[in-house]
Amino acid sequence: MPSLIKKGAIVEDDWSPVDPESPSPSSEQIYSLDQWLQLEDKAGSAVQIEPGQSPAPLFDFLQQIALVVVNFPVFTDGRGFSYARELRERGYGGELRATGHFIRDQLTYLQRCGFDAFQMADESLLEESLAGLADFSEHYQGSTDQPLPLFRRRV
Amino acid sequence: MYVYDQYDQKIVDERVAQYRGQTERFLAGKLTEAEFLPLRLQNGLYIQRLAPMMRIAVPYGLMNSTQLRKLAEITRVYDKGYAHISTRQNVQLNWPQLAEVPDILAELATVQMHAIQTSGNCIRNTTTDQFAGVAGDELEDPRPYCEIIRQWSTLHPEFAFLPRKFKIAVCGTTQDRAAIAAHDIGVELVADAQGEIGLKILAGGGLGRTPVIGSVVCEWLHKKHLLTYLEAILRVYNQNGRRDNKYKARIKILVKAMGVDAFRDAVEQEWAALKDGPSTLTDEEIARVQSFFTDPDYQKLDGDAAITQLDELCVKDPIFGNWVKRNTNDHRVLGYRIINISLKASGFVPGDITDEQLERVADLADRYAFGEIRSTHQQNLVLADVQMDQLYDLWQGLQAAGLATPNIGYLTDMICCPGGDYCSLANAKSLPVARAIQARFEDLDYLYDLGPLELNISGCMNACGHHHIGHIGILGVDKKGQEFYQVCLGGSQGKNASIGKVLGPSFKQEDMPDVVDKILSTYVTLRVEQESFLDTYRRVGIEPFKERVYLKEKACQA
Repeated sequence: MPSLIKKGAIVEDDWSPVDPESPSPSSEQIYSLDQWLQLEDKAGSAVQIEPGQSPAPLFDFLQQIALVVVNFPVFTDGRGFSYARELRERGYGGELRATGHFIRDQLTYLQRCGFDAFQMADESLLEESLAGLADFSEHYQGSTDQPLPLFRRRV
Repeated sequence: MYVYDQYDQKIVDERVAQYRGQTERFLAGKLTEAEFLPLRLQNGLYIQRLAPMMRIAVPYGLMNSTQLRKLAEITRVYDKGYAHISTRQNVQLNWPQLAEVPDILAELATVQMHAIQTSGNCIRNTTTDQFAGVAGDELEDPRPYCEIIRQWSTLHPEFAFLPRKFKIAVCGTTQDRAAIAAHDIGVELVADAQGEIGLKILAGGGLGRTPVIGSVVCEWLHKKHLLTYLEAILRVYNQNGRRDNKYKARIKILVKAMGVDAFRDAVEQEWAALKDGPSTLTDEEIARVQSFFTDPDYQKLDGDAAITQLDELCVKDPIFGNWVKRNTNDHRVLGYRIINISLKASGFVPGDITDEQLERVADLADRYAFGEIRSTHQQNLVLADVQMDQLYDLWQGLQAAGLATPNIGYLTDMICCPGGDYCSLANAKSLPVARAIQARFEDLDYLYDLGPLELNISGCMNACGHHHIGHIGILGVDKKGQEFYQVCLGGSQGKNASIGKVLGPSFKQEDMPDVVDKILSTYVTLRVEQESFLDTYRRVGIEPFKERVYLKEKACQA
């Protein structure tokens, strides 16, 4: 089973990866956006969005979805950071997972934008990447994990 | 100026530690070249033609003498004893060693400086009017808003991997000295009908390959909404800006493609979700940041007496008098003047300053200008608050350091990018062209007769030398492996910003002084009374210049 970082620890994945070609993915599987849109019952579902796919279709189902995966095919494409914040700001409380080719040095940013799970393309890097989450202990802006900007917290 | 507290210091220190780790991982082969690239860029490090180039942030162009001395020390220890002032008011080093950059950053952090986001596809250094706080025509000091934007944009988690670089400028005067219309976002302090000061927001301006003047997205925004509104614009851009072609990735292309009305709608829609949220500025925060930009301890001076005394000195020493006339500006406080230090001496690279000059300026700033120094997007320095009765002493000090060239605003006060001598992006060298033009037009009387003239040189389409908005713009182009130069005329910055028009086919490097000479003599022939170059150009158009410049070639062909 593939591993990932979840809530600061390395754990095994409960979900099967997305298979956009499959005509009948199982309910333990992560759906592509197209597959997911076809689903009649979206309760407990998992869906993966790709860069360029707005998360807007998910907005009406945020209380039902169990897992949203945001794919980063290349680490320099930062659209997923905004997708995460849009989902969290609209009240999504389930697992929000970054997957793909992001790098350790982006973990703090990803976490601050609302991601709480990180599945890296190269699993051998998971252990040392955990350290990346501790790069910064203070931030200026409000974000998902700390909505109050520093100017509301300065003492 | 703004002073770090423990939070600001901690963020900068942790950034240095993070980058040290990244550099070590890269040198140990644990980070690939491609992975390291955006990380080093966002810490100011380019790999250039001959060596890495490092860009140090000077937030909105403000420095103190301690920082200047530290820069001097850094150029001596880690570089070749000089630095370069960039058109984003930043300071650049041309010869640092990649492995030593973390040490340089640690040195900078000791004087509350950094290189965060001075490069890369992220929000860059916010710039403003170099006369902010001392200009007579100012509605309100823009610097507190620059600092608020600096803090908000520093290590912003959502906007570190944008489609392309993103530049913001703020101005608070009717005469816009910050070129806000040429920025991805321009912010202008404006009063509404009731006289309340708010923010006008422009978006989609920019130079580069496709120069565009920014469009108004919001006519008047309450100051408290500054950050949420910026966030909404950035969010629309981050999600919708093109990522398939780096030449079409700036926000200007998105605004054009969507149309400004549709763009504004999209921003308003995003903003609805952010408006009045926790990032809304509080009165306390605005006041806190403003408290760092209060007046220095001005003396109560007899303004008339100071002027009379200064006039007498100017008559007695005409060289000094000329410098006062050319290189100083009115100050809003009686008995004070604003001093421009020209970094455009003939024979030197425009914008370059040596370690000794940096220290000399630091000393003079301590003695005469409350220890504060500003860098300008025209690649000069400014001492903003100097008593008139100390001008003579200051001038002597500057002269001894080779920093009293009286050419501010004239032809030889040109903007010039580092070009092909240093930059790996450049198509052509820009420095030799600048040098040749400086050498040709050394006669000061001729320069003054030509009046205010902005000549800007870029070594490539990226337009770091702002050639599009120069009255005379020169662009280096590559033609089958050979360096040529294209000339455009009639560009301008400021309130009536305009993009220059291409004169015609490009020229060889050695012909450039002649070409500029012909353009200038055409102007001198056609101008009426005190008409400036730009006004003459706007009246007569490009044709007479074209005819004159290309005349000889036609004659040869005939």
